Amino acid sequence: MSFEQFLFYFFSTILVASAVAMITVRNPVHAALFLVLAFFTSAAHWIMLEAEFLGILLVLVYVGAVMVLFLFVVMMLDINVARVREGFVRLLPVGLVVAVGMMVVMAMVVGARVFQLESPGRADADYSNTEAIGQLLYTEYVYPFEIAAVILLVAIIAAIVLTLRRRPDSRYMDPAEQIKVQRKDRVRLIKMEAEKK
Amino acid sequence: MQQAMMEFWDGLPVIVQIVTKIMMIVGPLLLVVAYTTLAERKVIGYMQVRVGPNRVGPRGLLQPIADSLKLLLKEVIIPSNSDKYLFLIAPILAIAPALAVWAVIPFDDGMVLADINAGLLYLLALSSVGVYGIIIAGWASNSRYALLGGMRSAAQIVSYEIAMGFALVGVVMAAGSLNLGEIVMSQQGSVYHWFLLPLFPLFLVYLISGVAETNRAPFDVAEGESEIVAGFHVEYSGMAFAIFFLAEYANMILISALTALLFLGGWLSPFEGILPESAFALPLIGWLLDSGIHWLLIKTAFFLFCFLWFRATFPRYRYDHIMRLGWKVLIPVTIVWLFVLGVAFALGIGPWFA
Repeated sequence: MSFEQFLFYFFSTILVASAVAMITVRNPVHAALFLVLAFFTSAAHWIMLEAEFLGILLVLVYVGAVMVLFLFVVMMLDINVARVREGFVRLLPVGLVVAVGMMVVMAMVVGARVFQLESPGRADADYSNTEAIGQLLYTEYVYPFEIAAVILLVAIIAAIVLTLRRRPDSRYMDPAEQIKVQRKDRVRLIKMEAEKK
Repeated sequence: MQQAMMEFWDGLPVIVQIVTKIMMIVGPLLLVVAYTTLAERKVIGYMQVRVGPNRVGPRGLLQPIADSLKLLLKEVIIPSNSDKYLFLIAPILAIAPALAVWAVIPFDDGMVLADINAGLLYLLALSSVGVYGIIIAGWASNSRYALLGGMRSAAQIVSYEIAMGFALVGVVMAAGSLNLGEIVMSQQGSVYHWFLLPLFPLFLVYLISGVAETNRAPFDVAEGESEIVAGFHVEYSGMAFAIFFLAEYANMILISALTALLFLGGWLSPFEGILPESAFALPLIGWLLDSGIHWLLIKTAFFLFCFLWFRATFPRYRYDHIMRLGWKVLIPVTIVWLFVLGVAFALGIGPWFA
């Protein structure tokens, strides 16, 4: 077994184990952390396939941002595990049908065609994955890329609009207003007669 | 003699060579971290017209060693009902990325542990992994103060990462590479070729979000002593606490070194292209004036001093103001400047984009 094969099996073992652990552990925070570990090891697989740009991006986007927000929500929620697990036996047949269906579909899509591919040869030493992806993205796939960008922008704006709520009762501080404040806005001098006894 | 040394070095197994190189980076780094804590207390002390630590060793120079010895000997207390494993893993998750990032930092031309293509991306990815240490510490402690600190810090780091990433996009555009060594070499020429001038707004954004990213004053709401005691590490003691401390200071040094590398030409000498060639040929003085690792160290030390200076100068930001600054000020500034950069590229404005 070469060192590369050893690394492959090493990372694969961790990946499969953490994926299984993710769906079996009871604590939701532990599950989220196992998912992080699964992302991390699949990034290692991508780096071994000489796709270092994609691998690092997976860590940056999914581990560094998406899962942090996920954990954020999971830690705040008080999830009752017992209630979530209720009806496991009753729903098992439905779950099995869905699982088998999904496996058949996946086998039809990827199937033998992909798994019997000859592994592509090693790239040259000066091969840069970042440059190769950039070249493709901005020439051949420039329209799909830009359309995807616009869809994402629409999604961002939609998310902001959906969650935006005006709260007239909340007190809000505007630092610019505070700095611009003048004496006459704050102090009012009143002249009044002295009162008689 | 030198020949024999090189032969001996090449004859060593690769793993020994790599481990030796790692030692040569991590050893001095930890030493610098230890003495940064002393420098912090001394600098802030003098700024507040105090003396600072001066009892242990000559002029207090052995203070960091006494401190670390004390922390080593203290008991690590595990709070009741805490998640024991995560509680102990959290400090490791904080320190590991903070040290691993140094693998791609070039100290001089070619003096780098791993000269990888996507160096800058690796850096961003690992520094975003560092936040897990803080979140997990906050959650596993089973304490409300710690959880609040962890939450604040997670939200703050995730938001400031965007501004930081956009600032780095500007650097990548100007340099045309993700490799840190190539980014420094593309600033070659003279002081005017450094990215400080053409990318000045991005430099400011990077420095500010760097301070926020490391949870330092004035953005240290994650450990705001006056409100949530010490935030995410309130339940930690002894060495587990010391490791969080180490990670924070290693990150500070990293941000300082990166600011020097990305915007101030790293190891390049400021006299390059200004003094005549003959000045660099002088013995010793020529070496000092010429580019080299000492310039990187000087620039890093300057930014490190700025970190301490900020702490002594600015009052702490309020939490909603931090979010406002990150999302509504820093991110728009970077986006506008990226557009300006694009125009500068299209028009070929020299000497940077010609």
